[in-house]
Amino acid sequence: MAKIIAREEMAQGTIILNEIEAPRISQKAKPGQFVILQADEKGERVPLTMADTNPDKGTITIIYMVVGKSTARFKDLQVGDEYFALIGPLGKPTHIEKVGKVVCVGGGTGIAVLHPITRALKAAGNDVTTILGARTYDLLIMEEKMKAASTTLHICTDDGSYGHHGFVTNVLKDVLEKEKINLVVAIGPIPMMKFCSLITKEKNVPTFVSLNPIMVDGTGMCGCCRVSVGGTTKFACVDGPEFDGHKVDFDELAKRLASYLEDEKKSLEAYKNCKALKNRLD
Amino acid sequence: MPEQDPDVRRRNFEEVPLGLTPEMAMKEASRCLQCKKPACMEGCPVSVDIPGFISKIVANDFSGAISKLWERNALPAVCGRVCPQEAQCEGRCIVGKKDAPVAIGYLERFAADYERKKGTGEVPAVAQKTGKKVAVIGSGPSGLTVAGDLLLKGHDVTIFEAFHKAGGVLVYGIPEFRLPKEIVASEVAALVKMGARIETNFVVGASVTIDELFAEGYDAVYIGVGAGLPRFMNLPGENFIGIYSANEYLTRTNLMKGYLFPEYDTPIARGKNVVVLGAGNVAMDSARTAMRLGADTVKIVYRRSREEMPARAEELHHAEQEKIEFVLLTNPIRFFGDASGRLKGMECLKMELGEPDASGRRRPVPIEGSEFTIDCDLVVVSVGSNANPLLTNSTPDIALTRWGNIIGDPVTGKTSKRGVWAGGDIVTGAATVILAMGAGRAAANSMHDYLTLGW
Repeated sequence: MAKIIAREEMAQGTIILNEIEAPRISQKAKPGQFVILQADEKGERVPLTMADTNPDKGTITIIYMVVGKSTARFKDLQVGDEYFALIGPLGKPTHIEKVGKVVCVGGGTGIAVLHPITRALKAAGNDVTTILGARTYDLLIMEEKMKAASTTLHICTDDGSYGHHGFVTNVLKDVLEKEKINLVVAIGPIPMMKFCSLITKEKNVPTFVSLNPIMVDGTGMCGCCRVSVGGTTKFACVDGPEFDGHKVDFDELAKRLASYLEDEKKSLEAYKNCKALKNRLD
Repeated sequence: MPEQDPDVRRRNFEEVPLGLTPEMAMKEASRCLQCKKPACMEGCPVSVDIPGFISKIVANDFSGAISKLWERNALPAVCGRVCPQEAQCEGRCIVGKKDAPVAIGYLERFAADYERKKGTGEVPAVAQKTGKKVAVIGSGPSGLTVAGDLLLKGHDVTIFEAFHKAGGVLVYGIPEFRLPKEIVASEVAALVKMGARIETNFVVGASVTIDELFAEGYDAVYIGVGAGLPRFMNLPGENFIGIYSANEYLTRTNLMKGYLFPEYDTPIARGKNVVVLGAGNVAMDSARTAMRLGADTVKIVYRRSREEMPARAEELHHAEQEKIEFVLLTNPIRFFGDASGRLKGMECLKMELGEPDASGRRRPVPIEGSEFTIDCDLVVVSVGSNANPLLTNSTPDIALTRWGNIIGDPVTGKTSKRGVWAGGDIVTGAATVILAMGAGRAAANSMHDYLTLGW
């Protein structure tokens, strides 16, 4: 179970795709839901929103950025290897309905999360304009898939190496100026979601975002993932992960995500040293 | 019973009591009067044959003792450690009327430990297969009891567990120094040997619904998923970094082995000045864990007085021995943090006891103008749990109380949905291991009737 049957390195090896055997989860999962993965018995429980599911094949796809020890450990897993634990589908699915004109904004690995949502919104009959952002062209992922999932696609790079030169927020502003938009979905780094939400709030366009706080169990049992939404505390794992972008306290979320920064550095350092030692011995 | 020295143990995760030697056990067992109508048994939620197993210990037949225990209790090594014996079996012991009661808990623990270390490894024989399939949701004490009982009666049992390890609260909640995880693993292994199937990483309600379990061929379902939704106090600043629910604090430490970080990957904050809010057994577990994780000071902050503290006397005693301070008649009103969102302290109010409230305990009333500050970098909120709605939301035809707990028949645990029973904290709200096991026992009997007689 939880065997990796396909693996792809993207964005110069900083982002990894795994297609994983998970017959039950693939049958049940809906856009917007997440799974929790653990590489081995000593590993952390890592929540990742699914990028795709294939119920016929009985597989799910996850796409993650390699940032710390746990994702570095995930990166070591090759085709044929199994995750020690895979749990899901968790969280509330995205509410998909025909609202008319929708703008989907994605950045970094948020694009992977955005993909099934975009596809479902288009399939529901919406006109979907998608705006994707990356620091530079080499770090952009899923361009073709997102093109297929959208009615119109805009790409932005911070350094101007591809598409619009600048941030997704600039393009979002332009689109909102030009036409009446009924819904915005923004998924990506916290600053991106925060500023997209500020822009759409001015225009009064309903906006939802998908949050990625630190979690432990992912089933509502621990409260680690609590976020302030409209002044009340919500658990992202069971009340989310999607929330009204106009109400989320992004600054608090960003701080809470840094809870274990020192420990994370220590853990990654130890892992790198251990791997280096092993390579030398080999 | 001999114990680790408090000054040593407060910095390690080894078990606190060291256990009885065979000689000590036989001597203690010989104090039992072997009453014709044993009051102790009436005090036991799972009706263990207490004089029966004790007489085997007297006769130096330790394997016989464990067999007697297993007849009525699938988890003797656990119960011997975490049951509130003073309020149950030992509380009713006739010897205890004039002298210290027979140490039934220690003896139960002794028999179970002896079997685990030196025993035959034999498990109780199961009845002839009935061909009926039962799904047990949750592998905590009530689920394991249902599984054990129904296996003995010849049914096929599959236990579904959301985490990667079976045991529920015995694994994620109760700390290693109070209940070594190796013991839980061995009690679970005994059930597997008896034929139980365990599906870990399986969230019923998310991965599969109860109706789908019936469609897959299960004949009856037991829900023992625990309370599982931590309560916070809704105070300003409660989301500062360094404020944990007891569930998170204990899960990171026990299940994820955060105390062994970085050998294990899950980190746990090591507070210097720790405050635990609440005064139940879980609060004591949290406080004693914080001490073992290297805290300089650990305070229990509780709004009532010593008399009302709900933790077992033994837990309070152990905590005090380990230099946990009790700050009583004190209630937090808000938390302070620094610019990066990390907890720095909390403001509290002094309380006094007023008239009795609905619980019969004297209501704590704030003393005006008594505000004061406690510096702390870690707070563990241990004020109870509500019912987790994940499973019940996916099963709308199970009737719930207005607090979201499942309504189970008080005698049998039967729910409003045909073929579904429930017990433990999801029915009663947060309670004890043994009460959950008692509920499991009652449900298993009712389920057996349903499976064999049909209704």
